Amino acid sequence: MPKTEQHMSGAELQQLPDAGGHFGPYGGRFVAETLMGPLEELRQAYERYKDDPQFIAEFEYDLKQFVGRPSPLYLAERWSAKLGGAKVYLKREDLNHTGAHKVNNTIGQALLAKRMGKSRIIAETGAGQHGVATATVAARLGLKCVVYMGAVDVERQKINVFRMRLLGAEVVPVHSGSKTLKDALNEAMRDWVSNIDDTFYIIGTVAGPHPYPAMVRDFQSVIGREAREQCLEQEGRLPDALVACVGGGSNAMGLFYPFLADEAVAMYGVEAGGEGIASGRHAARFATGRPGVLHGQRTYLMEDEDGQIIESHSVSAGLDYPGVGPEHVWLKESGRATYVYATDEEALAAFHDLTRTEGIMPALESSHALAYATKLAPTMAPDRIIIVNLSGRGDKDIHTVAALEGITV
Amino acid sequence: MSRLAQRFADLKAAGRTALIPFVTAGDPNPELTVPLMHAMVANGADVIELGVPFSDPMADGPVIQRASERALEHHVSLRGVLEVVRTFRRQDPDTPVVLMGYLNPVEVMGYAAFAEQAAQAGVDGVLTVDLPPEEAEPFLAALRPHGLDPIFLLAPTTAEGRIGTICKVASGFVYYVSVKGVTGAATLDVEAVRSQVARIRSHTGLPVGVGFGIKDGPSAAAVAQVADAVIVGSALVRRIEELRDDPDTLLAQISGFVDELRRAIDGAR
Ligand SMILES: Cc1ncc(COP(=O)(O)O)c(C=O)c1O
Repeated sequence: MPKTEQHMSGAELQQLPDAGGHFGPYGGRFVAETLMGPLEELRQAYERYKDDPQFIAEFEYDLKQFVGRPSPLYLAERWSAKLGGAKVYLKREDLNHTGAHKVNNTIGQALLAKRMGKSRIIAETGAGQHGVATATVAARLGLKCVVYMGAVDVERQKINVFRMRLLGAEVVPVHSGSKTLKDALNEAMRDWVSNIDDTFYIIGTVAGPHPYPAMVRDFQSVIGREAREQCLEQEGRLPDALVACVGGGSNAMGLFYPFLADEAVAMYGVEAGGEGIASGRHAARFATGRPGVLHGQRTYLMEDEDGQIIESHSVSAGLDYPGVGPEHVWLKESGRATYVYATDEEALAAFHDLTRTEGIMPALESSHALAYATKLAPTMAPDRIIIVNLSGRGDKDIHTVAALEGITV
Repeated sequence: MSRLAQRFADLKAAGRTALIPFVTAGDPNPELTVPLMHAMVANGADVIELGVPFSDPMADGPVIQRASERALEHHVSLRGVLEVVRTFRRQDPDTPVVLMGYLNPVEVMGYAAFAEQAAQAGVDGVLTVDLPPEEAEPFLAALRPHGLDPIFLLAPTTAEGRIGTICKVASGFVYYVSVKGVTGAATLDVEAVRSQVARIRSHTGLPVGVGFGIKDGPSAAAVAQVADAVIVGSALVRRIEELRDDPDTLLAQISGFVDELRRAIDGAR
């Protein structure tokens, strides 16, 4: 019998992907031939530098001095008391420079781009957080930067569009397909294939063809490494549960990965339930998706009976993606992590609740993780510990929240 | 011998270069695709490449993306494409048809079911753009018993070592993508194509088709001097888009354009 999900330990899961970029049957490299060479070149460069002491030192220096790491592990005392159960800690990625976890990855990839001699950087973005994080590192390194963004997202994330432009990036609205993140990714891939020689494509999540899912996970793993250490330091033991929202899955993977071998630590990925599963307007790939191939990877997809990709919906642009990082699919099938969803309404309630109780305004993406924590915490004893990844701050979302409440800001 | 192999053998014996026009099935509407295919054959097409509409055509430029969107508006998906081929075959038992599309619709249908239904419909070759040989074995295993030719792409970025690997699993012909880019992009550099085709020929005896960047008679003629097949896509699809509301003019213009390409290719050798 082949080694299937049930027989893989956390330590074994930590060894993935295989040489071809597979997590079980998921992941891989499904792209047109023109990109196979460049992806292999990227893989080799990444393999070469990821253990290079000078590369690591530069990465760590930037995380400390430019991003402001380590990000705190904050005990949300009032909120925990209100929920009436486990102690809830927040991993404060919202305090990073640029306001979300995305910058951990863009710094890593930009350092790699520099070493590979690329002068132009491109990116796709949904909420605009990855676009801002990319434009930021491009500005700092003096690289030309083009960001693709679905026309719908350009509209609902105006502040981030303006931030990117202030940083010197060109923001290209994408009008094809559903005009959201998946279409921005298509367009970025088209740009890359057309400008292979001087361009580095910084993917913003643990998705896409090998080596992106593993590479982005590795850069984001600083979240989990810090959280693990901080929890041991503050509580003298490991947490009982981790909770993170899952768009493509990079903030969740970054938190989960260093804990995979700690089998007693439960993991919950929270995807966007939109207007509810029954409405069909959601981004709950785990709840309703099927395996398929999109954007260079085999993963769960939201698709119709003909294999056409269908539009996802979420109040948060960053979770509005019909696919999901392949490693998450394998964690689900292996039973190591559990995937749940929170609806728009639940996320908004959590957004307000945390803001009022703790004085911390979370991103709508992160609010999905918080919404699940409000269900989980009361089921656990007061001496139990939950770490929620507060992946970003909510400033970018105030227009969305105001509009939903009929307020003009 | 497969219909594709037969066609290339005949062309070789006659000293001719193949003309392979590409259209997206269902564009501008499902009723017109079969008449378009017959018209292209009547005007000198040797093989028809039929695009399978996909919601996320990552390797295509705007022209073929829009063709895909038009076809999807008419709900033409993989099953609809097979229906088109079945109808075409009733009147044309000889002209090989190659499907070009993305993997996901095939994954959802299931490899075995797809291979069986495609062969029954009269499909000869299948090019799944986003399925490189490294991931293709289960798909190839499904195609084999039905005699369907897997067509693979080669690109300017393909490392020397991979060319042989790809040619080993390919049959029918191999498809050299002449530019680094998406369909309908830049104009090609004929000298670069010449040396790349020579590089490919040192690895395989399969016919070499060249596509991407062939826009008109002169570029078709130039490529015909170095390739076994000239593949023309976006230039045709752009004409279909322009004339989509006028079927009679559309058929006449496409016939005229294919004829022009045919003459240019034949004049080149
Ligand atoms: C604050 C924040 N959290 C989460 C996400 C979702 O991405 P991922 O699942 O890759 O962490 C985004 C994406 O834009 C984001 O901006």
